[in-house]
Amino acid sequence: MMSYAVVKGSGYVLVHTPDMIYHNGTTQTTEKLTNPDSEYLKKLPEHIRPYEKVVNYGPNQVYIGNLTPEDLRKYEMPWYDKDIPGASRFGKFGEIMPQDEFIALMKMVDAFDLVKLDKGFTAMVKEKMMNHPLFKDDVPKLKEGEDLADIEKYIQEQHAEGLYHEGKLVGCVKRAHDIDPNLNAHVLFENLVVKASGALAFKHLIDKNNINVADIDYVIECSEEACGDMNQRGGGNFAKAIAEVVGAMNATGSDTRGFCAAPTHALIEAAALVQAGVYENVALVAGGATAKLGMNGKDHVKKGMPILEDVLGGFAVLVSKNDGVSPILRTDLVGRHTVGTGSSPQAVITSLVTTPLDKGGLKITDIDKYSVEMQNPDVTKPAGAGDVPEANYKMIAALGVKRNELDRQDLGTFVEKHGMPGWAPTQGHIPSGVPYLGFAKEDLTTGNLNRVMIVGKGSLFLGRMTNLFDGVSIVMERNTGKAETAGASISEEEVKHMIAEAMRDFASHLLKA
Amino acid sequence: MAEKYGPENIIVLLGAAEAEAAGLAAETVTNGDPTYAGSLAGVQLGLRVYHAVEPEFKEAVDPAVYDEQIGMMEMVLDVDSIIAEMKSIREQFCKY
Repeated sequence: MMSYAVVKGSGYVLVHTPDMIYHNGTTQTTEKLTNPDSEYLKKLPEHIRPYEKVVNYGPNQVYIGNLTPEDLRKYEMPWYDKDIPGASRFGKFGEIMPQDEFIALMKMVDAFDLVKLDKGFTAMVKEKMMNHPLFKDDVPKLKEGEDLADIEKYIQEQHAEGLYHEGKLVGCVKRAHDIDPNLNAHVLFENLVVKASGALAFKHLIDKNNINVADIDYVIECSEEACGDMNQRGGGNFAKAIAEVVGAMNATGSDTRGFCAAPTHALIEAAALVQAGVYENVALVAGGATAKLGMNGKDHVKKGMPILEDVLGGFAVLVSKNDGVSPILRTDLVGRHTVGTGSSPQAVITSLVTTPLDKGGLKITDIDKYSVEMQNPDVTKPAGAGDVPEANYKMIAALGVKRNELDRQDLGTFVEKHGMPGWAPTQGHIPSGVPYLGFAKEDLTTGNLNRVMIVGKGSLFLGRMTNLFDGVSIVMERNTGKAETAGASISEEEVKHMIAEAMRDFASHLLKA
Repeated sequence: MAEKYGPENIIVLLGAAEAEAAGLAAETVTNGDPTYAGSLAGVQLGLRVYHAVEPEFKEAVDPAVYDEQIGMMEMVLDVDSIIAEMKSIREQFCKY
């Protein structure tokens, strides 16, 4: 008997990386190359938020689970000028880690001695990591540190990438090869950031959900970076590397890529692997992208705002066999933007939203909440990209009107009732559908929702291999407590039909005899 | 393209999601790039420019195809403000 897989738990983390905005965000590194004396680069330091402001920021508190998405509606936009009372670094889903501790974590997860940290900095972060609830045991991996002069030499003579904290050089990431562009310091820096932030989210997943890490069979990593060398640029595999860091001794894994749609692809894959009985526990994990730090920084600075893209995002989710309690993943109600779907918004929403609903005989209003691209509008609106989740909800509602499932005048209330304000950082794959999984688990167990849809979309054309766009979706439902067969009602009918058929067959044989 | 085919033979069709962005694109192909960033900075082509939700375009195409491709977005977008913005740009800068 095949039973639907369930979403067992999740972990969500943010990492405040103010110095990496300037040194590693592509908007800034491009500006440094093309226009080094620009006003923007001069003004940038005045627009960097201190750690406390990042913790007190409403959307960030939602991301780690201290506020719900609905709570955000109580605050008038913009949100960046409002502190959340009682905000905290740690939340029920994870934490907001400060930069110095994260640099230490990069060193702790580095398996090839590529991260070199200054002696004084090492002593300082050792103390802090001793007090971190999840990394005490890993403190010896920090070792004693290096002389700053040696670090400067690696940067000047061997193209190492500097690690900065509070404007000062505190370490570097070395290249791993003299000429291989896929093992240069820049690529390794980005990859170690993915590994470290992914591992941080994974640690919180285990910690917050009372999971025995040894029970995890398989890990699917679904970020947007690629690790490999010049003979296999995207050889992989972050999944196993992260599994090793968190001590998932009985797991292997692989990387799934699909731009921002990858996490939802991974969720469907995990659900299928568990439902088919291949594995019992599959974890999805993704780390954050330094390249996207300060992506819309020019607009934020122009408008006199702080640079809001100052955090890396990470998440981890565990998909397990049906426990009769956690919400189920309806693998029979999956939406796909296929090669033949077409690119008009109508075709996209039809393929991702209404096609799976039609399979289940459901209406657009039968889904209590849609989790779409949950980008924080505080970030995107000033940059001229509008309110992304709201635009998605309006499109879903408009399709509902076209299908006569919704009155045109109810368009606005649909957006409020079936949608949520965006809260996720603009880290590509991070905001796409998955930020809601933590809340969805609660809403579909202790809360009052029955059915939600997770939608992931991705801009494949950015890779220049196709002009196509991509997307997938899956419905998640409250668990009825019965370990049901996929499509149970249909197969019962079918079984009766088959028995009747067999009896008739048998009878006709008897008659012939 | 304007040089090759003649600006009087060109119509630019936009699909921007809101009035400000549509206006910016429309201004670029009429009065020149207002941000002075691209190759059309200071180049006043004065082309005819319309947005896909404007009646001029809607009436010129097959209603069934329009409904299939744009019908849903017509409900979502702030059509009135896009039309107002496009009209204003055409009145000021369009030469044809």
